[in-house]
Amino acid sequence: MTFDQFLQYVFSGVTTGSIYALTALGFTLIYNATDVINFAQGEFVMLGGLTAVSLHDAGAPLVLAALGAVAIVAVVGVVFQLLAIRPLHSAGILAQIIVTVGASLALRTAAMIIWGRESLPLPPFTGDTPIKVSEATILPQTLWVLGLTLVIVVALQVFYRRTLTGKAVRACSVNAGAARLMGISYSKVVLLSFGMSAAISAAGGVMITPVSFMGYSYGAILGLKGFAAAILGGLGNPAGAVFGGLTLGILETLTIGALPMSGASGYKDAVAFLILLIVLFVKPQGLFGGRSVEKV
Amino acid sequence: MALLRVESVSKHFGGLEALKDVSFSLHEGQVKALIGPNGAGKTTLFNLISGIDRPTSGHVFFRDKDLGRLSPHVASRLGVGRTFQHSKVFDDMSVLDNVKVGRYARGHAGIFSAFLTMPRHRREETAVADASLRTLRRVGLGDRAHESAGNLPVGDRHLLEIARSLASEPTILLLDEPAAGLNNEETAQLAEIVRRVRDDGVTILLVEHDMGFVMDISDEVVVLDYGKKIAEGPPLMIRNDPEVIKAYLGEDL
Amino acid sequence: MPILAFLRRHVWYIAFSIVILSAPLFTGNIYYLSILAFMATRLMIVLGLNLLMGQAGQISLGHAAFAGIGAYGSAIMTTRWSMDPWLAMLLSAVLAAAVAGLIGVPTLKLKGHYLAMATLGFGEIVYILLVQLKWLTNGTDGIGGIPSLTIGSIDFGNAQMFHWLVWGVALLMLRISLNLVDSRVGRSLRGLHRAEIAAMSLGVNTSFRKVQVLMVSAVFASIAGSFYVHYVHYVSPVSYTIIFSVILVTTVVIGGLGNVWGAVWGSALMILLPEYLKRYNQDYTQLVFGVMLILTMIFLPGGLVSFRTLVAKVRERFRGSRAGPVTGPEPRGGS
Ligand SMILES: Nc1ncnc2c1ncn2[C@@H]1O[C@H](COP(=O)(O)OP(=O)(O)OP(=O)(O)O)[C@@H](O)[C@H]1O
Ligand SMILES: [Mg+2]
Repeated sequence: MTFDQFLQYVFSGVTTGSIYALTALGFTLIYNATDVINFAQGEFVMLGGLTAVSLHDAGAPLVLAALGAVAIVAVVGVVFQLLAIRPLHSAGILAQIIVTVGASLALRTAAMIIWGRESLPLPPFTGDTPIKVSEATILPQTLWVLGLTLVIVVALQVFYRRTLTGKAVRACSVNAGAARLMGISYSKVVLLSFGMSAAISAAGGVMITPVSFMGYSYGAILGLKGFAAAILGGLGNPAGAVFGGLTLGILETLTIGALPMSGASGYKDAVAFLILLIVLFVKPQGLFGGRSVEKV
Repeated sequence: MALLRVESVSKHFGGLEALKDVSFSLHEGQVKALIGPNGAGKTTLFNLISGIDRPTSGHVFFRDKDLGRLSPHVASRLGVGRTFQHSKVFDDMSVLDNVKVGRYARGHAGIFSAFLTMPRHRREETAVADASLRTLRRVGLGDRAHESAGNLPVGDRHLLEIARSLASEPTILLLDEPAAGLNNEETAQLAEIVRRVRDDGVTILLVEHDMGFVMDISDEVVVLDYGKKIAEGPPLMIRNDPEVIKAYLGEDL
Repeated sequence: MPILAFLRRHVWYIAFSIVILSAPLFTGNIYYLSILAFMATRLMIVLGLNLLMGQAGQISLGHAAFAGIGAYGSAIMTTRWSMDPWLAMLLSAVLAAAVAGLIGVPTLKLKGHYLAMATLGFGEIVYILLVQLKWLTNGTDGIGGIPSLTIGSIDFGNAQMFHWLVWGVALLMLRISLNLVDSRVGRSLRGLHRAEIAAMSLGVNTSFRKVQVLMVSAVFASIAGSFYVHYVHYVSPVSYTIIFSVILVTTVVIGGLGNVWGAVWGSALMILLPEYLKRYNQDYTQLVFGVMLILTMIFLPGGLVSFRTLVAKVRERFRGSRAGPVTGPEPRGGS
């Protein structure tokens, strides 16, 4: 592979990688606040994209459609917590897995009923004239994806470190009991975490739709890859999640690019899951530690 | 020869030295107590002896086998039985079924003979049921055999763990705070059961904070403090050892 | 009277067998018989998954893969290599067991969410292979022309004959699953589910037992997949997606974890419900499944088999007095 081809793969890897990163970030927010792994996380990405498509089709300007979609999915996240997660109390991990898997199935099917089986497009945020870098080209949407991902990550850091609410959220993730004693409302923090998690993942969905369209069934794969990214970076570690997402995106496209056979792109998803399995088997605490996998 | 030899065992968790160069040994038929303040490393040592964790350095020999290198189920088959400080009773299984799991190591029926319930399997099942019931009676839980284990009061949970372990016919039994949460009467009952088990030829190593209980039933005591062995000897000597008293400052010996 | 004791011990099993095996005597309707046949193959998979999840407490979100191995194994070996269907079924099952063993050793070391995700990833990889290995699997077009099963002159392409065959096997699997629950191995699985370290300290080689039960469930699923394709004569990858794995878990959970009979009720419900919903709008089926999963976990965590307890609880609440204890422990898996 030539350097330009390499560059091209990296560009495309970084684009999808950013979406994995945002999905992974979504996992992380909920996991840190509640120890729940939300198997419906990918559906938030899908809902974000499709909702934006509908709002835009209904005549909303792109910016409003995007923001509206993010807000609507955030509400879905909150409602999901209230209706499905909260009633479980502390029913154990199996129950959590089953409930979020059930939600995933329900959301996905609801999306199929609402939007149909076709993949739907959204126009790029600012035109689609490719920009030349060396011999490789980069789409303006790629820059949007990268830029907005960066903005979201930075905003999240500021929120966590600078605002009072953010500090409360962090306190809860470190020690829910102690946080409660300090008068922080744990249940509000959990709701907020679900809302923000859904919003961030939805933003990923909105941004990627102009690049690769969005269909009702895309959520499962995106969710799995987001989780793979979160694991890769060390579950519970937000910076790790972003790193994991970008790494996964780049590895995925490079592996496919390096494979000599035709039709290799069909194996793209398999590469991601292979990476997931290898990381789980070899170093389940991820590349950057994160929280311990098993408490004996 | 000693039945169990702990030879300069150390265990580190990251930077924390939970055990530092601990050595002692246990003779067949002995009741030995392992005492020490909270966090002294007692449970950690139990985990090393029962194969759940590996020593950072040093060895634990059971007869001539190095337990530090073996898996828990192998240690169990060699004759090391244990109970847990934080109850690990199989809740929502019956009391009897709990003990039957304890009988596992003495059985042979594999998955295929279970599938087909061959006559041999059925004979083994009957034998397991009989032996388990007998073991339950040994600790006085005979009439609760068919209750759900999750419904047992704290004291009986300890006894059930003991029975479960006894069902595997261990050579040595490790008891991690068996008297925790028991009232005086129950503690006396427990001491009686432990003595009977000892009389049946089982060697016992026990961790316990209830000093009355410890002094009452043990032949020898090992004292740990911050992972170091600070004393070893008969109960009377330990009770008057200045270093032990210092370690337990403020606590009632 | 050993005979009487035997009958009493197995009364439910015998009654169920008689009812289900006599069904073809009352109806020759192909539609009804094929629904029952699908129920039998579903039951086979769910029984294995029920043992894995309910007894050993290990979740698998990739179980469709094992059914897929059986289905594709039989399809490929019989159509391309003209192999005897029974031999193909056997070899597929061996392959499924081998894959389960290989994947099980590292995977079953994981717990909780990690195990769920790893199995999900495994299932997805197998699905991708089924789609992508076109030279072998014919990709999304699938493989047709899969022959019926025969023994001598008996042709199991006949719906009634197939009913007896497939239910005979399903009932056999039900029997041996029930037997397993009440055995040394079954108890050790329940023990390691509750407290793995305690089970280990009692001599249970827990890693071995977990892998073993995964292999057994893979064989059940593979055999089910084989029967299925010999009945419908066609296979394609869409039958073996993550969604199918999720539906399988749903079936186990809704039937009742930890109770083998739950597999029977779960399979019946999950086969009949879509048939019923189809009359209105097929699209809603999975939506209903998803919502049912959530509601089951919240309101009926013991599954259908624990319905009595729920009714008792509700009744007690309405009476407003503690008139009597809630119905005792659930019917055990055994008997
Ligand atoms: N898996 C582990 N990882 C890290 N630290 C550990 C681990 N297990 C034990 N420790 C630490 O090792 C030290 C010894 O713990 P251990 O449980 O052996 O104490 P103990 O003597 O049994 O105390 P107690 O009387 O409270 O039961 C403690 O400081 C504990 O926090
Ligand atoms: Mg301890």
